[in-house]
Amino acid sequence: MKFLSDSALERLRDAAEVPDLSGTRYRLLERIARGGMGVVFIAEDENLQRRVALKVLDVPGANGDFANRLIREARVLAALEHPGIVPVHDVGTLVDGRIFYTMKFVEGRRLDKHIESVTSAPDRLRIFLRICDAVAFAHARGVLHRDLKPANIMVGPFGEVLVMDWGLAKILRGDASDGARAGDPEATVFEKPTQSVSASDTTESSVVTGHGTVMGTPGYMSPEQARGDVELLDARSDIYSLGALLRFLLTGQPETASLSNGPRIDKSLAAICEKSTAASPAERYPNVLEMALDVSRYLDGLAVGAHRESIFEKTGRIYRRYRFFILLIAAYLAMRVLILLFMHR
Amino acid sequence: MREEDLQPGGNRFPPTRRSVIEAVRSIDAEERERALEALCAAYWKPVYKYVRWRWNRPASDAQDLTQGFFAELLERELLEKFDSSKSRLRTYLRLCVDSFVMNEVKAGKRQKRGGTIPHVALDFAAAEEELGATAIDPAKIASPESLEEFFEKEWIRSLFALAVEDLRNLCEQRERTRTFRLFEAYDLEGNEKSSYEQLSRDYGISVTDVTNALAWARREFRKLALDRVRELCGSEEEFHRETRAAFGWDSK
Repeated sequence: MKFLSDSALERLRDAAEVPDLSGTRYRLLERIARGGMGVVFIAEDENLQRRVALKVLDVPGANGDFANRLIREARVLAALEHPGIVPVHDVGTLVDGRIFYTMKFVEGRRLDKHIESVTSAPDRLRIFLRICDAVAFAHARGVLHRDLKPANIMVGPFGEVLVMDWGLAKILRGDASDGARAGDPEATVFEKPTQSVSASDTTESSVVTGHGTVMGTPGYMSPEQARGDVELLDARSDIYSLGALLRFLLTGQPETASLSNGPRIDKSLAAICEKSTAASPAERYPNVLEMALDVSRYLDGLAVGAHRESIFEKTGRIYRRYRFFILLIAAYLAMRVLILLFMHR
Repeated sequence: MREEDLQPGGNRFPPTRRSVIEAVRSIDAEERERALEALCAAYWKPVYKYVRWRWNRPASDAQDLTQGFFAELLERELLEKFDSSKSRLRTYLRLCVDSFVMNEVKAGKRQKRGGTIPHVALDFAAAEEELGATAIDPAKIASPESLEEFFEKEWIRSLFALAVEDLRNLCEQRERTRTFRLFEAYDLEGNEKSSYEQLSRDYGISVTDVTNALAWARREFRKLALDRVRELCGSEEEFHRETRAAFGWDSK
């Protein structure tokens, strides 16, 4: 038997990682990332002559949790056609037996890297609102993301904001495609929501499975998700993650940094963060639209629902909002006074 | 797309073999022996090298201890006690080796073994040669991590070598010996200067033929290596864990 040197072992490992794309319309260009169950490459779609991101499982076979998750992720993405959600192009099996799907290749930066160059708080809040748009759309289609964090948000070169990595998504009844729901090993099934998914008006009807596996990212994961209470998860779990994301955007600190220790932020924004990351889901915003509305109101200089203002705070906010007109009137009055004084001399 | 469209086509992927851990508990003596053969084939070299390195035993002692260990594995039915949810098979085997060698040392016995272990050709001379060619950092010797790392690396080397042999056999069966030679020249013996162009000149074939041959060989190697890992695993979860370790996907 042939002795394999260390360098031969490394070459064999590298060779084994590369997917066999023969028989497909894709040509491999370069490896860009590795995840828990597979690897992502940039490939060229030779028919359409464009670059795509190709996500492929490590091990062959269409059965098993990983294969189910990848297929489900592709189908969730296919069901969510929105400018803020990366579009999927294709799903299938390679000749080496590995499941793959291709999606739009986003030439951008991860949110945590991108915000290093965005210093203005309003600009950061506008990015946040675009994330909320995509998540609210997914909720309206009955899909929870369950892993919202800066690393899963991409910002493109023209400012487009895309929510990525729907591998942990949870499908709600009658919303996303039936195909996407099939094979979801831990999907909890809810009644179809009308518009946005409000936790209070979703009625749990049955549980498909729900083995309680904890999946998500500490710091961004809601307490109920961290406990593995899969059957309790609803839109408010993603709202918790959005609250943590908002806190990250405002403080630039790691997700666990408390607001009192970090940079000073406006009380209204702090209240929005606190409300959305409340330990009890009942104390959070009932849906993403209400959370986004509060952030929009803040940007417009209006009172936010999460914070009861004192008279001084209210005066200060009104002054900041109508500063131009107040200063204009003050200047006009000052001029009138000066004119009167001058005339009476 | 229908579910069946996502299934691998044809018979490219033979049904999963029964794992050695399950088979070793079988009441069928023939199946049990086959399982132990597979286990010995994958692990005898790591065990031999480990005894030489960790226990600093001379080659003749290490040979007896290796054979003795596998004989004991059978006699004392040690694999019956293995639980894949609690530890990795190779960690369990390594600790069994440690315990076996310590007991042998304490008892001061060293008897010639043989005859009771499965029919696996144990080429100790080749293992000795490999040990000489393996770079070992003396500064790391005897740290718990280095023991695990050493044993894992030798397991991977043994596993890949078996898969390469499987590939050689497959190529011979399919009359694709040139494909195997290309694979050997590029993936096993190649260096940074190796190129498809050079191989196409050496073998008098087009670069496309080299590309296709290597793609086929790598695909088959991957499949055979995965089959070897699967054979040693008792559950799908363990298979994924061991695959990630064997192919280094955790460290990339």
